[in-house]
Amino acid sequence: MNFLRLFARFVRGSVFLVLRGNSAYWAWIAVLLALIASGGIAYARQVTEGLGITAMRDQVSWGFYIGNFTFLVGVAAAAVVLVIPAYVYEWKPIREIVIYGELLAVSAIIMCLLFVLVDIGRPDRFWHLLPPAGHLNFPYSILAWDVLVLNIYFVINFVVVTHILYRAFSGQHYNPRIVVPMVLLSIPMAVGIHTVTAFLFNGLAARPYWNSSILAPQFLASAFCSGPAILLIVVQLLRRFSRFEIQDAAISKIAELMAYAMFLNLFLHGAEAFKEFYSNTEHVLYTRYWFLGLGDHRTLVPYAWTAVGLNVLAFVLFIVPGARRNWISLNIGCVATYAGCYIDKGMGLIIPGLTPDALGEIYVYYPTMTELRVAAGIFALGFLLFTLMLKVAVPITLGEFHGGTAGQPGGASQHA
Amino acid sequence: MATNDGSPVPARTRPVTRRQFATCAAAAAAGFVLTACGPKRLYEMPRARLTQAIRDMEARYAAQYGTTVSVSDAPPIAGVEFAYALDISRCIGCRRCVYACVDENNQSRDSQVHWIRVFSMEKGKGVDFTEADPYYAPAEVPEEGHFYVPVACQQCKNAPCTKVCPTGATWTEPDGIVVIDYDWCIGCRYCMAACPYGARHFNWSEPTIPKAALNTNTHYLGNRPRPKGVVEKCTFCIQRTRNGRYPACVEVCPVGARKFGNLLDPASEIRYIIEHKRVMVLKEDLNTLPKFFYFYAT
Repeated sequence: MNFLRLFARFVRGSVFLVLRGNSAYWAWIAVLLALIASGGIAYARQVTEGLGITAMRDQVSWGFYIGNFTFLVGVAAAAVVLVIPAYVYEWKPIREIVIYGELLAVSAIIMCLLFVLVDIGRPDRFWHLLPPAGHLNFPYSILAWDVLVLNIYFVINFVVVTHILYRAFSGQHYNPRIVVPMVLLSIPMAVGIHTVTAFLFNGLAARPYWNSSILAPQFLASAFCSGPAILLIVVQLLRRFSRFEIQDAAISKIAELMAYAMFLNLFLHGAEAFKEFYSNTEHVLYTRYWFLGLGDHRTLVPYAWTAVGLNVLAFVLFIVPGARRNWISLNIGCVATYAGCYIDKGMGLIIPGLTPDALGEIYVYYPTMTELRVAAGIFALGFLLFTLMLKVAVPITLGEFHGGTAGQPGGASQHA
Repeated sequence: MATNDGSPVPARTRPVTRRQFATCAAAAAAGFVLTACGPKRLYEMPRARLTQAIRDMEARYAAQYGTTVSVSDAPPIAGVEFAYALDISRCIGCRRCVYACVDENNQSRDSQVHWIRVFSMEKGKGVDFTEADPYYAPAEVPEEGHFYVPVACQQCKNAPCTKVCPTGATWTEPDGIVVIDYDWCIGCRYCMAACPYGARHFNWSEPTIPKAALNTNTHYLGNRPRPKGVVEKCTFCIQRTRNGRYPACVEVCPVGARKFGNLLDPASEIRYIIEHKRVMVLKEDLNTLPKFFYFYAT
């Protein structure tokens, strides 16, 4: 009964916290809700009319949705980039923000699953994937593997954050016997979701652009950049808008780790580009389409070089100690990383992989308004979830919101 | 126990005991679970249930198209493995096969789905798809200096498309035909990314077939009407070939460039071609082992 009473207090207190905020908070929530509504309307039309209202066709059969899915799998790695220094190397300053990394991972995985859901032609048959009622073609289909690892990674992160936050709420220290093994397990699982997602593309001999063994390591490298890039910005916002504190050293350390990951990312890209251009077989077609264009078809070229430029810029800003300690250049670096990886691992992976198509045809894909609206809606939903979770989690970790007998409902203080 | 007017309660309306109720409830639950967990994919459906499923399909199509549609469940014939051969030196690029296929296999007319695509190639360049044109539209074919390569599903023995399907909605039948369960496909299009021949096509919108144009002679793994949001492809005209007929494209070809037969029969025309002509397969390096051969007879 005590548990139930505590839980009720938690729910009441959370609602109270979530409904408290200044005008900036409500403006943010309003924008997100508007985007979600717009995405929902666009998706409803897509369901009734079919995927024909997207720009995808038989030639380019995957597009913006699967690109975003792939990118967000990378973002979900944010947690792990923090877990390794915090728990494996016992580096205290980062430990405080691991929980936010895990919340980000939870939101990112939900967005991933939604992007897959909106991409499939028969969302009403989604249960066909779920045994025992459905049938999962395991172990043959890599998509079956992806369904498994993404859900396991989701559960691990969800359990860890819920446990830590609930314990903190009820005034106890988290149980290391539960948390430490799960946190350690999340490291191979994070590697797992990236490897499997890379293998999803990598295993297709029909698409030479993807059929390269460098894809999985490159996925990992870019994931270790894009996840923390978002997190660093979030942490700075938290520091500004709450009593949350984080040492500058922690931020600088994460930026330094990102520099190494970005170097690896650029190096692996370079290695692949060298192999393609120097050997100059018929498979160079796709890399050429991305970087140089084929004949008059040069739609993607500006994106390709923008991505390269942004990634190099981010690398320089993070590797130079003075630049990563300067708040302005640090944030420019974060935005550059995020944008660079978004182009690179989203559309830059999917579209050249499918263009020219298996029989040499060039179909110029450009996402339609429906695709943009649906995608914006999913991002907004993810950010809304993340915002609301932070709104509750930050006061808990600061000890402002707890199951004790403080005056406020659920012990929530005015400060939140 | 008595009713309102005092007469005895008949035995059959006697209230059920707790035990009877529990037994019935357990049986119903078990039945429900078994039905829910039982095979629903056409791939593993027992014969009796398949018959029922096919009757349901026929009723559904009859209501949709206002005519009697027969859905065959003809099984593969023992000792038969189908293969195809196409004589590139004869093909004139008339695309009669493309439209015969559309009519025979109930492909959507608007937007158009074509299971066969014909590529116009320049004689000097050989079979090179990066230089090929699938949208050629001259006043007359064949064009000077050009030859034509029609491509449909290659019915690979080592099919990359079937193994990637996350729900097991596509598989190779014992007679070598790669088929799709249109009622189980979730439309993820992973098979389309995996196919090296662009042979799989997606229903991007609700397929449209004029009622009068519907081919009512269908097969449950072949040309029965498809819904929106699923993948479809050539099935070697399974509704015809399992009944000893030629595929529609073979019949319609005005120059006899298309050959079809049983790979396991040493006396078949297809075996003769493989053994006596110089045959090739597309993208041999991918080891997909197509059962669709190209050759030059002259």
